[in-house]
Amino acid sequence: MEERKQIEMMECLFTKILAKYNYWISVILMLIGLYAIIAKDNLIKKIIGLNIFQTAIFLFFISLGAIKGGTAPIVSEEIVSKGYVYVNPLPHVLILTAIVVAVATAAVAFSLIIRINEEYGTIEESEIFEKLKESEK
Amino acid sequence: MSYFIEHFPVLIVVISLLSSITILVAGWINNKTSYFIFITTILIQFVAAIFILVHVLTGSPIHYWLGGWKPPWGIEYVVDALSAYVLVILLFLALACGIYSKKNIEHELPKKVVSFYSIFQLLIAGLCGVAVTGDVFNMYVFIEIMSIAAYALIASRGKIALKASFTYLVLGSVGACFFLIGIGLLYSVTGSLNMHDLSLLLPPLYGNRVVQAAFVFFFVGLSIKMALFPLHTWLPDAHAFAPAEISAMLSGIIIEVSTYAFIRVSFSVFTVNFLKLLPILDILCWVAGAAIIVGSLLAITQLNLKRMLAYSSVANMGYIMLAVGLSTSVVSEPWNGLTPALMHILNHALMKGCLFLVAGVFIYKADLWLIKDFQGLGKRMPYTCAAFVVAAISMIGIPPSVGFVSKLYIILAAIEAKKIIFVALLLLSSLLNLVYFWRVIETMYMKKVEGEEYSLLTHVSKDEAPFGMLAPVLILASLCIVMGFFWLAKIPMPLLNQVNSMFGLNKMP
Repeated sequence: MEERKQIEMMECLFTKILAKYNYWISVILMLIGLYAIIAKDNLIKKIIGLNIFQTAIFLFFISLGAIKGGTAPIVSEEIVSKGYVYVNPLPHVLILTAIVVAVATAAVAFSLIIRINEEYGTIEESEIFEKLKESEK
Repeated sequence: MSYFIEHFPVLIVVISLLSSITILVAGWINNKTSYFIFITTILIQFVAAIFILVHVLTGSPIHYWLGGWKPPWGIEYVVDALSAYVLVILLFLALACGIYSKKNIEHELPKKVVSFYSIFQLLIAGLCGVAVTGDVFNMYVFIEIMSIAAYALIASRGKIALKASFTYLVLGSVGACFFLIGIGLLYSVTGSLNMHDLSLLLPPLYGNRVVQAAFVFFFVGLSIKMALFPLHTWLPDAHAFAPAEISAMLSGIIIEVSTYAFIRVSFSVFTVNFLKLLPILDILCWVAGAAIIVGSLLAITQLNLKRMLAYSSVANMGYIMLAVGLSTSVVSEPWNGLTPALMHILNHALMKGCLFLVAGVFIYKADLWLIKDFQGLGKRMPYTCAAFVVAAISMIGIPPSVGFVSKLYIILAAIEAKKIIFVALLLLSSLLNLVYFWRVIETMYMKKVEGEEYSLLTHVSKDEAPFGMLAPVLILASLCIVMGFFWLAKIPMPLLNQVNSMFGLNKMP
């Protein structure tokens, strides 16, 4: 009885966690990114956190379209006749677009950080807040 | 003619994108041309949007397949009554802000005129794109185009605006990422991205936890974009320190277009049946109620006029979302379904557009930011202040202004939905509105100017804003009253009823 329970637990562990490891990795990466956005004081580190967060989502999309043993999605007669499977190309296309968006966001963010550095002389968030408070007085 | 109108949805976006680049190139050669190109483009877009609206009202929705690819494989642009309505509102306010920006930008950003108009046009491209698209991923891309343009425009004034823009950028990107996760989850269960196709594929999957999680991601992501109460923290600084016309666009249009995206996703993709399955709309009502009260209370504590208006925007997003939350349980005309919500989208655009432009005039003429410095303005700038008063009484909700009509309709909807507590909340918030707007009006008209004897005979020299800035302000202020009569006469109701019947909100539950 005990043994069977253990086997069931192992199976559960396998099907829930190990077999879907790609999703778990993207969730963990997402959380690392969010943590960096919230907790880091340095503005550049925040943006790096944001990039990790976005990359985790890209990973999620790509692993949605992936298939075990799938080839590149270039449909030729050979692939059709030999019955090869190929990965879903649509998530790749979506992610190419999303990467462009992410790069644009990062570019705007870094240029903002450069301007902030010129204006306040620092890129640490806490120091910027202190300077803002001083200027209010 | 009808053949041409079929192409207008895509033209509105493409013209805008092309014009953005043209402004930049023409600006290198001669920076006087940039404004001309900018305003001409918006005029063309506005006329096209009116043609689309008329076409949609008299005929059927416009479907445009990009590159001739049939949906669900290709990207489809769909313009129905709701999109056309939002399109006309956003281009109208963009036109008003465009006219206003001629003088203001020369004064505020003399060295950045060309790039300002170029990015402004990009912002309008993004906004139009969100309104016309019929594809969820395409919507994500356009939301990001509009947001990135907005980050850059907010930062254009430098100093505190840089920090405000950075905060908005981080939060806005996280919101957009949540939207993207929602798309991914929906795609993983249906294999489609087209909104109409999704609405056909989803009903058997409503019990599926992935679909429900997808909705939550859409909801949270768009709540950040539209600054719904607990997620509004980016809004006050961003609205307060942007140039005046960008503040007006942000408050009047950008957060409204995010609301439109939310309405589109929840009613077009998920449909009413899904919303009734889960207690989403009840939660939305309570969140919106909290937004109304907290936004109004925080507005009272502000010393800076533009920050006060920004917090008032938080409260007004609460009104719109409350109306959305009540929409499924209200069927009797004319306050049925989404009518009050859509009504307040237009009304808020008019009122807040006007108020922020007036605040911009004060900064342009005399660099006045704080409410306590406004003594004697009523005599110095009589027309501007009159416009402010009209828009302010409209916000408070004195009949027959637009604010009165939308509050009346939301209250009637709340009574019909048997949620009396929200009636109380709305009345309380009207009272709070009165408190913070009256404070400004009192300072403008009744407080003595320091070091000057107050009497009616005292000569205060008139120092009115230039005509180019005054005209849009006065037009918006007069529309605040005129639209009120239009609403009371129920002239735009066929349009809104078309939206309601499209989403199946007219039937008895």
